This record gives sequence, structure tokens and C-alpha cells, in this order.
Amino acid sequence: MRSFFPLVLTGIAVTPAAAQAADMQVTVNIPRLNVAEYHKPYVAIWVEGASLAKPTNLAVWYDVNLKKNEGAKWLRDMRQWWRKTGRTLNMPVDGISGATRAPGQHVLRFAEGKAPLGKPPAGSYELVVEAAREVGGRELLRIPFQWPPKSAQSLKAQGQSELGAIGLTLKP
Amino acid sequence: MLSFRKIAAGAAALSLAVALPFGASAHRAWMLPSSTVVSGDDVWVTVDAAISNDLFYFEHNAMPLDRIKAYAPDGSDVAIENGAKGRYRSTFDVHLTQKGTYKIAADMDGLFASYKLNGESKRWRGSADKLGEIPAAATEVKITEVQNRNEIFVTSGNPTDTVLKPGGKGLELQPVTHPNDLVAGEAGQFRFLLDGKPAAGVKVTVIPGGIRYRNRLNQMDLTADADGLVSINWPEPGMYWMQASIEDAAASAPRATQRRAGYVTTLEVMAP
Repeated sequence: MRSFFPLVLTGIAVTPAAAQAADMQVTVNIPRLNVAEYHKPYVAIWVEGASLAKPTNLAVWYDVNLKKNEGAKWLRDMRQWWRKTGRTLNMPVDGISGATRAPGQHVLRFAEGKAPLGKPPAGSYELVVEAAREVGGRELLRIPFQWPPKSAQSLKAQGQSELGAIGLTLKP
Repeated sequence: MLSFRKIAAGAAALSLAVALPFGASAHRAWMLPSSTVVSGDDVWVTVDAAISNDLFYFEHNAMPLDRIKAYAPDGSDVAIENGAKGRYRSTFDVHLTQKGTYKIAADMDGLFASYKLNGESKRWRGSADKLGEIPAAATEVKITEVQNRNEIFVTSGNPTDTVLKPGGKGLELQPVTHPNDLVAGEAGQFRFLLDGKPAAGVKVTVIPGGIRYRNRLNQMDLTADADGLVSINWPEPGMYWMQASIEDAAASAPRATQRRAGYVTTLEVMAP
């Protein structure tokens, strides 16, 4: 199975087809928690599906700025992300890693043909959002979707503890 | 500072007795790492090692440190650091400077003898070169070779399998599913080997930790198939103690007429 990146690099991104490229908007709500000791959660956002050789990471938020990359020590708390791709990566990764985010709504946009989304083959996928918080809990949410989208769609999942509402908006 | 070797030497006398996972004693020997899966660049694990009834509570005896060795992903020896033996548990650290899978193992290969001397029943434990300690006048001498292996695995970054290669002696685990890649709801598969060959029919016991806070042991009893394979369906995430043992007549030591081989590991099963 080919990964996304070679397709991007072979120039598909600048072909006329790319002008009609689909796009994807991911909304992640981080709840404001009333706890004695609050730390912003580590969050990993990725796409997985049988058509992919390995999951495609869209974003990983962690303590990127600690000295000696000490924030990486807790990356494994995002257990499924760590198992699926994290442990094979040398964090931080350009274009994917970012600082932890404060409670509130965060919107991320990804365009077909551009990193980090690339050009997924047609098929069934799941958007996965996993959050783990220092001295807190862990939560993992999934939103199944079809790619490429045939029509504009708005899909949702609702978190219970470490994550609030998660949204996936697809545009053909 | 008191060296690890000094501490270990004091414990050596006990080690044969407490490493026995079967026989009259129901105590369970175990090692419990602070993490089985670690990330980051400068990582350590701390390991508790004990012999107890409940899993994984230390309430009976500390495991001797003298036989505990650690192996790096490239197969080289790694120092056991900050070793200390308390009343109920031993503890030590391993500094993980390589990426990949480490093995921490407490192996034992020794002899156990029973005999009669002047009408009295006697028992003896030791290594093959000390067999002369059994008096020449002893009668009904029965010598059993005991090969025990107790090991745990810790992975920094991506799992590797160099330390999982079998040595070809005694009872060993040859993972089909990597021991640091176990998830509740997915079956884990393992092959047991006896002297390097599939240990067909070996009895395997799997017990989830946290016994103190439940009424049932929730023990899983499995039997390896003709290829030495067992498949374990993890009911929930947590630490599990897995033990296998077998008895046969394939003793390699002089004068030994039977052999007992045992294998113990602690496995962490992650939440899906």
C-alpha cells in the first residue's frame, strides 16, 4: 500500500484535479474541567482505514517546548495513537506536532492533496481523536466516514470526560 | 554506598527456595515494571520483584536480586541499578538508553534432592557442582533438575524481537503477539517451547492482578496445542500474571532423574 506522501510529491497536488480537491474540517472541543490540578490534555488526531497501510496523523498536541523533549515521556498515555503510529515516529514531527491547546473549540482544516492529509484512496475511514491528561483521564472518540465525500456532510461524536463535542465536516 | 552485588549475595541463599513456582508452596513469584510501554528520550523503569499470594501485592517475601539480569534491544547486558531488597519486595531500576524491547529476567537452573540418612528424610538444594554435599551414605536419593524462568518485557518506542529469541533450554515463551502489544478485546497468541521445541500440551495459567479487591480469582487455565500455542482472550485491560510448568525425565544434570521446567511472566494489557 502506498502512503499519502509519495502521491503528493509526484505532483498530483498541482494537477487540475486538485482544484476540485475535497476538504475536511475537524472541530475539537476541549472541555473546561473543574479539577484541583488542571493540565491541558495531550491530543492526537488521525485518520485510519483499511485502505491505508498505516494511519495518517493530522495533529499531535503535546508539551513540545519542554527542555530535552521531556514532554515526549507522556506521549504513550495516548495509548492507541502510540500503538498505531506514535512509537514509530521521532517526535516532534513537522506539520503534525503542536503545543497543547487550552479548553475551548479548536478548528483544523485539511485539504486533499496537501500534507498532512494527502490523497486518501476511496474507501471507509474513521477520524480518531484521543486525549490524555496529566493526572486526569483518557478518552478516545471515532467518527466513521466515507472518502471522497459525495456531498457536504457534518458528522459528530460527543465526548464524556476528557473531550467535548468532536465534529467532522466534509466537502466534496 | 552498598553495592548491588553485596545486597544480592545476602539474598542468594533464599533464591532457590523462593523461585519455585510449584510444589507445596502456592506463592507466586513476579516482577512488576512501573511501565511496559515508554516514550521519550531519557527513560527509566522501576521494577518491583516479590513472592506473594496475591497479585501484585507484596506481602510475603522479597525476590532475591542476584539472578536478575536485564537485556537491551540489541541483546547486550544492561546494568540493574539502585537495587534494594526490603522485607516484602525488592526493587531496582533499568535505564532504557536504546529504542526497542528490553527483557528483564530472573532465571534459575538448579537441583533439588530428597534422600534418607539414618532413617531421616532430608532435602537439599544446590547446583550440579555441589552434588557432593549429599552424603555418600544417603539412600533413596531422588534428584530433580529445576529450570525456572521469570521474565518481563519493556518497550521504548517501537517493539523489537531480538530479546525474544529462544535460547533452547528449559521452558521458554516465543511470542506470536508481541508481549508489549497486548490490547483488551484482541486475542494474544504465544508459543511455549521446551528445549527449543514446541511444548505441546503444556499447562498455562493466567491470572489478572488486583486479586485483593475481588472475590473470584478469575484464573484462566489453558493448554498449549500441538504447536505449543495458546491464545488468550484478555477480558479487560490490566496487569496479568502468566505461568506455565511442565515435568519430564529430560534432566541434563548428572544423577538427576527428572526435570521440572517453569516459566512466569507479567503482561500488561492496554485499554482499547
